[in-house]
Amino acid sequence: MIRFILLQNRQGKTRLAKYYVPLEESEKHKVEYEVHRLVVNRDAKFTNFVEFRTHKVIYRRYAGLFFSVCVDITDNELAYLECIHLFVEILDHFFSNVCELDFVFNFHKVYLILDEFILAGELQETSKRAIIERMSELEKLE
Amino acid sequence: MEQLKTIGRELAMGSQGGFGQSKEFLDLVKSIGEARSKAEEDRIVLSEIDILKRKLLEPDIPKRKMKEYIIRLVYIEMLGHDASFGYIHAVKMTHDDNLLLKRTGYLAVTLFLNEDHDLIILIVNTIQKDLRSDNYLVVCAALNAICRLINEETIPAVLPQVVDLLNHQKEAVRKKAIMALHRFHRKSPSSVSHLISNFRKRLCDNDPGVMGATLCPLFDLITEDVSSYKDLVSSFVSILKQVTERRLPKSYDYHQMPAPFIQIKLLKIMALLGCGDKSASEIMYMVLGDLFRKCDSSTNIGNAILYECIRCISCIIPSPKLLEAAADAISKFLKSDSHNLKYMGIDGLGRLIKISPDIAEQHQLAVIDCLEDPDDTLKRKTFELLYKMTKSSNVEVIVDRMTDYMISINDNHYKTEIASRCVELAEQFAPSNQWFIQIMNKVFEHAGDLVNIKVAHNLMRLIAEGFGEDDDDADSKLRLSAVESYLQIMSEPKLPSLFLQVISWVLGEYGTADGKYSASYISGKLCDVADAYSSDETVKGYAVSALMKIYAFEIAFGRKVDVLPECQSLIEELLASHSTDLQQRAYELQALLALDARAVESILPLDASCEDIEVDKDLSFLNGYIQQAIESGAQPYISERERSCMLETTDYHSRDHHEVPSHALRFEAYERPKPSSLPTQASTELVPVPEPSYYSEAHQPISTSSVSERESSEIKLRLDGVKQKWGRPSYQSSTSASSTPPQAANGTSSHPDVGVGSSSLKPRSSYESKKPEIDPEKQRLAASLFGGSSSSRSDRKSSSGGHKPAKGTASKPPKENPIPVQPPPDLLDFGEPTATSVTATDPFKELEGLMDSSSQDGGSTDVMGVLYSDAAPVTTTTSVDSLLSELSDSSKGNPDTYQSQTSKGPNSKEALEKDALVRQMGVNPTSQNPTLFKDLLG
Repeated sequence: MIRFILLQNRQGKTRLAKYYVPLEESEKHKVEYEVHRLVVNRDAKFTNFVEFRTHKVIYRRYAGLFFSVCVDITDNELAYLECIHLFVEILDHFFSNVCELDFVFNFHKVYLILDEFILAGELQETSKRAIIERMSELEKLE
Repeated sequence: MEQLKTIGRELAMGSQGGFGQSKEFLDLVKSIGEARSKAEEDRIVLSEIDILKRKLLEPDIPKRKMKEYIIRLVYIEMLGHDASFGYIHAVKMTHDDNLLLKRTGYLAVTLFLNEDHDLIILIVNTIQKDLRSDNYLVVCAALNAICRLINEETIPAVLPQVVDLLNHQKEAVRKKAIMALHRFHRKSPSSVSHLISNFRKRLCDNDPGVMGATLCPLFDLITEDVSSYKDLVSSFVSILKQVTERRLPKSYDYHQMPAPFIQIKLLKIMALLGCGDKSASEIMYMVLGDLFRKCDSSTNIGNAILYECIRCISCIIPSPKLLEAAADAISKFLKSDSHNLKYMGIDGLGRLIKISPDIAEQHQLAVIDCLEDPDDTLKRKTFELLYKMTKSSNVEVIVDRMTDYMISINDNHYKTEIASRCVELAEQFAPSNQWFIQIMNKVFEHAGDLVNIKVAHNLMRLIAEGFGEDDDDADSKLRLSAVESYLQIMSEPKLPSLFLQVISWVLGEYGTADGKYSASYISGKLCDVADAYSSDETVKGYAVSALMKIYAFEIAFGRKVDVLPECQSLIEELLASHSTDLQQRAYELQALLALDARAVESILPLDASCEDIEVDKDLSFLNGYIQQAIESGAQPYISERERSCMLETTDYHSRDHHEVPSHALRFEAYERPKPSSLPTQASTELVPVPEPSYYSEAHQPISTSSVSERESSEIKLRLDGVKQKWGRPSYQSSTSASSTPPQAANGTSSHPDVGVGSSSLKPRSSYESKKPEIDPEKQRLAASLFGGSSSSRSDRKSSSGGHKPAKGTASKPPKENPIPVQPPPDLLDFGEPTATSVTATDPFKELEGLMDSSSQDGGSTDVMGVLYSDAAPVTTTTSVDSLLSELSDSSKGNPDTYQSQTSKGPNSKEALEKDALVRQMGVNPTSQNPTLFKDLLG
């Protein structure tokens, strides 16, 4: 199960944070700080997996953004690594050439997309098309 | 496709001013983006909070404005500030009729509130209403919120509606309803235990998305109770088979793999079902074999599936052929340059090694490379593997490596883990006592404050009892070597408290035992410890008790005791100590010095730490006194625990009173009388029933403490050593492992192994020919890790090499071999465009027979059939897909697939537009973050 998803830039600014387990506010800040520190200085050649307390963080870097997913120790690392990539592909599709700026100004939409992709800590839908269709249905209302 | 692109672009740009927000908000984002320091950022946010507080109080805020305020609140919270003053407005927004506002409201509350927040109660009603909405988007929004906000108490309020939604005509709703039920199951399994059949039913949903989502709860259910789902084995296998045969819609493909995430989930479930079940495993053989052949090992996702297959095989009862395929996959992982794949390979090796212990040998050099890799994650995984393959022949090398690594890291969590592993391995496989004590010293010296206190007690007991043989000579040798090593280590400047306790205890018991060291030398050392760690009372206590023992032994031997001046001053200092414990020890020591030899000997007999001391726990010798006291009118004693229990019961009663009103907050109509029985039921459970066992238990703590008060504190110490129950079996096993000539085994195990191992390495040089030179150091390490009987292994190696071509031919027959007589049931036939619309209700007949039959309305399935057979969208998506897959290929770092640059042509124009637009609004990429505009997938 996914514990939380974080999007942070190289400076450690949180661009998106979604928690699937209840955490105290102070604990969240600690988690965000620690995950950033864990992830930001790792060599590009290293594994994309880091132990984090009793869980593990799977992260992937895109331009200046780090996507980090915290999952159970028994989960399949590669699958979550690709799950991040699928998410980015969906975002790329939605924003056409997604860049960090889209997260800055449209973070609420990113949250909505995430809610179509992952729900209650589990992959809910893995069809890119289904998610994009759902989003465009919503956007039509605006 | 072009249409989709433009839609996306328009969406991104929004309708007003570029990004759909007001100038104010853009200014906020901009100024925060340009903030030079955290303090400046905080200042900006704080003033924004002030502004929002004021604005939210204004009357008649236009809705559109309100929506933006809410989004600004979310932004503030994301930056780590408190926006709780605005929560209520987000809650209000969920009540709005406008779907967009409603969704924004729901989004904000799911981000703001935890499931136990007081405001949730205000949302439950809205959720109930929204679940009934005709607009499925509203229902979806409510279901999303349910997944985050509903807690155990509020589940009943929404449960019936969520269950109804399982049959909703929109697949998106069914899917979310499944996820919501899954979450209910996690929160409170009992609340949905009667609904589990629904999950089975949804497994044969026409929509692959719903089917995929259903796998999540089923995985949890099967984890809890495998046996009741055995009937589904063939269904899962046939679903997986159809997925691999590309029977799902193409939109589920990811990097040319058909629905890989669903495949992985299925493999996880199969691993559970096939565990220890031969017949279930056999059903899986064919599809697993197919997967090994079909999976594309050049993509990450292909490897993810391969890895899952390996995991599955390591759980079920595998066939030799599958094991071989798994071993091949692992060796591919290990030979890869990617650290990720090496990591997966090491992990797979660790799993398979349980089944075929020899598999690690052919990869020894790869394993050692991973062990020496600078990447900590990989290193730790490798240590995990080594831990699993430790035997008495390689324990020394492995534990040495582990302790070295343990010393080098700062991460306390992992340090603790690896320290306890070192201790465990050392206890299990120690080749000699000397070595064992050395390792324990290292562990204590560097991680002493992290290891469990039991480990220390274990060590003390080991030194006291020896390795269990009757060989007193060996025991005293062990003790002497411990004493010697401790005397040496004591000069180190800063030692962990726990280690000092062990040292003090051992020196007290055995410091003078051999006569090698004089009493004054040892007592001097002990005084040094007490001086150097004067703030640590426990260590001081141990040191004083040790001093007492040393003097007692001296007196018992009839030697004259001359107390060193520093000891004298230590005792005097402790006589005035604030700690009653230390004070008592000091007084006892002083009293003991005045006694004669015979008295001392009976107080502290020599080497008696292993003797059992009988303790009268019931204090029966006091019975007469108590009886007398009660007769003369004294109150009988009520132990502390009983008293606290009585308090608690009253506590529970009062809590019940609190709970009643909270239960009274119903979300349902009031007619139902059922739940009223709940509180009373709970209260009867909560009131502790006084049982006879209470008395005996309750007496324990007081009795022991009063014993230790009465008798000398020395006894307390001994109890530590004697009364432990843990660890016993491990000691026995360690003795059996090492008892057979320990010295000899130790002497031979290292040297001949090197020779044997390196000779066994030679025939392998062809396979490692890629690497020009192998560090002889590494070879030696490999040999000592993996070495053992060599000839048989090299044989096996070559034979496994010979198997490979055979495997290729052997794997063919299953293709033509029609093992299942009837054609595979059309469980998930989504692919056929025309046929499905006619027989849309039928394809799941096969599966439905397995479940409780349910009324599945044909209307909805028809809709699905049309949806999936609809030709036009399929074609558009495929082209879009292919484009994106090109994009992603390039992002995956294959330098040769950079043709995607060209496909990005028109898009880069868009990016420029976006850039220009933003600049126009005055947002510039600051030097802090120059990549703000960079395409993530570029």
